[in-house]
Amino acid sequence: MRVLAAMSGGVDSAVAAARAVEAGHDVTGVHLALARNPQTYRTGARGCCTLEDSRDARRAADVLGIPFYVWDMADRFHADVVDDFVAEYAAGRTPNPCLRCNEKIKFAAVLDRAVALGFDAVVTGHHARLGADGLLRRSVDLAKDQSYVLAVLTREQLDRSVFPLGDSTKAQVREEAARRGLAVADKPDSHDICFIADGDTRGFLAGRLGEAPGEVVDALTGAVVGSHTGAYQYTVGQRRGLHLDRPAPDGRPRYVLSITPKTNTVTVGPAEALEVSTVRAERPVWTGGARPTAPVECEVQLRAHGDVVPATVELTDGGLHAELRRPLRGVAAGQAIVAYRPDPAGDVVLGSATITA
Amino acid sequence: MAYLDHAATTPMLDAALEAYVATAREVGNASSLHAAGRRARRRVEESRERVAAALGARPSEVIFTGGGTESDNLAVKGIFWSRRAAGAGRDRVVCSAVEHHAVLDAVDWLVRHEGAEVSWLPVDAEGRLSPQRLGAELDQHGDRVTLVTAMWANNEVGTVQPVADLAAVAAGHGVPFHTDAVQAVGQVPVDFAASGVAALTVTGHKLGGPTGVGVLLLARDVTATPLLHGGGQERDVRSGTLDAAGIVAFAVAVETAVKAQQEYAARVAALRDDLVARVRRAVPEVVFNGDPVDRLPGNAHFSFTGCEGDALLLLLDAQGIACSTGSACSAGVAQPSHVLLAMGADDDRARSSLRFSLGHTSTAADVDALITALPAAVDRARRAAALRSTPR
Ligand SMILES: Cc1ncc(COP(=O)(O)O)c(C=O)c1O
Repeated sequence: MRVLAAMSGGVDSAVAAARAVEAGHDVTGVHLALARNPQTYRTGARGCCTLEDSRDARRAADVLGIPFYVWDMADRFHADVVDDFVAEYAAGRTPNPCLRCNEKIKFAAVLDRAVALGFDAVVTGHHARLGADGLLRRSVDLAKDQSYVLAVLTREQLDRSVFPLGDSTKAQVREEAARRGLAVADKPDSHDICFIADGDTRGFLAGRLGEAPGEVVDALTGAVVGSHTGAYQYTVGQRRGLHLDRPAPDGRPRYVLSITPKTNTVTVGPAEALEVSTVRAERPVWTGGARPTAPVECEVQLRAHGDVVPATVELTDGGLHAELRRPLRGVAAGQAIVAYRPDPAGDVVLGSATITA
Repeated sequence: MAYLDHAATTPMLDAALEAYVATAREVGNASSLHAAGRRARRRVEESRERVAAALGARPSEVIFTGGGTESDNLAVKGIFWSRRAAGAGRDRVVCSAVEHHAVLDAVDWLVRHEGAEVSWLPVDAEGRLSPQRLGAELDQHGDRVTLVTAMWANNEVGTVQPVADLAAVAAGHGVPFHTDAVQAVGQVPVDFAASGVAALTVTGHKLGGPTGVGVLLLARDVTATPLLHGGGQERDVRSGTLDAAGIVAFAVAVETAVKAQQEYAARVAALRDDLVARVRRAVPEVVFNGDPVDRLPGNAHFSFTGCEGDALLLLLDAQGIACSTGSACSAGVAQPSHVLLAMGADDDRARSSLRFSLGHTSTAADVDALITALPAAVDRARRAAALRSTPR
């Protein structure tokens, strides 16, 4: 196969590309330039889009002896990921930008361009398994598993994807990188959100959305218990940083239950009010088999690295409906619900959808 | 492999390589007083004389540098500083809009850090500068201008400038004229004295010499403030122990390239004309950029309408064909070429361009390989470019 290896400059994508070469593919490395101004993104070894990362990726490609190019995806990334991120928060939802980047950039804009240029597939260093059966499974390294942020991919996208790392732990990947003489072997993992340079998501959003003072209301009493400078600064399930003027009458801690952009209100309540048993979601994809016509018994995960609970999932007209067997806290609109089928060979991603309520 | 990127760098001539190795085996610092030093100095001075003779300069006008970028920086900043210091109120640089970044960014640096004013000289649709336009500029600002800088031949589109005419205009206003002749030497006749320029940049690796060696020819009556201070070598303008091996090899290459220039140009231009004709036949919509007559013999530059240059480059590279999009920034992200934009091209046309440059090792087989691979590559690149306008 002629494959395009997306190389971030990190250890995972470097080893993924190396394995693709070893598997006999004709591999071309590509680094995606996502920052309009690379200096505004994380510098040093933590991020994904700096000049240093680009050089690290190029160095790895040179060690592997494969062609290497930089593709400028900054405009698409800003429109589809950064602006979307801001708009989602403004709408009271909690987006996952990595998931959106996979959906719109890596396995869409990049993949489409690669296919047009004659490549058969895109190779990435995601920790997930995708075998000959076409099923997406969790990585053997559950701590590093990224199947959640890949579950948005459609059948067509998965059919043109290669994830060479799913059978390895992160430690094994690092060890292999060192063995192969890749300088990125010890490079720290990237964290957080690559386009928020200092990790200050609130500050980033405040800079984009401006101050929008509003009220914090207690769900039980309906009383105004505090104020905020922008509802977008809150996420469902959040407890810290509420700065309530007075303690709740029952003396128990308060959590963000919901955000209502229309009235610019943040509603808070006790922990148990966060518990959710019914989840509705939109824009479902289903890749773990034929599209089900009846409810499916499975497990669901509602946020990256979140708890997994048994559930019944049903595809409805244009949506997805899940009944959780055990209530979960902190279910935020905008996050993905991912359905898995437990499997000793790695839990299989059945499908996913974007949580609306 | 079909190497069609000689304008980026060209293979070293055997004679230059041999001269390099032979000299590099010898010990000796050209500034030392003992026998070994004297031997090194002799090699350097002989080389200086050979370079001077080949380029129509006096030996004392030859300043050895670390290559084209350094020579350009030394000329632009050095003459700016020295002329500003010598004449009250002189703070302006007149610079062509199509310079290499070694000149462009040096001028830009002067603007940002030294309070320089700049007049950008426009070019026409074929990339040519106008002596009349320069005259008008100097009529207006002449007494404030520190230097004029305009390249002899453009590295992207290959247009050769009317350097002697431009230099005469500058001289008429008493303003020193610098020209970056990196792409010109060995390709077209270059004579320092006859051209009337005050300063001229040459680099080794574009004419069969080593990388990292170049000269700035600097007329006797022009002073440049040094960039590098130290041991006072090279008329005190460029300190640093002289790279005897590099300089010897550079001189061999310059001499050889200049001697062979006419014959070389005829042969390579014929090959280039064949390439252009066949590219036009293979891809009829192609736009040929640059001056059709006054251009470098080895340069063919096209805009492949509806394609992105970097996609085409990737596809041709995969077929073993090396060419260039002409400009890349340090991040490796393709920027639309400032040269094409200055020629009035829109963003799309600028981004769709590709340079094929032939040189002393080029053969008809290189052209054949390009013509074989090109149609399919253009087809693919078009399909990829079409995605940009129709996001899913
Ligand atoms: C016109 C021009 N000027 C300057 C340079 C820089 O020369 P060097 O690579 O020797 O620094 C180049 C080559 O890249 C060039 O084409």
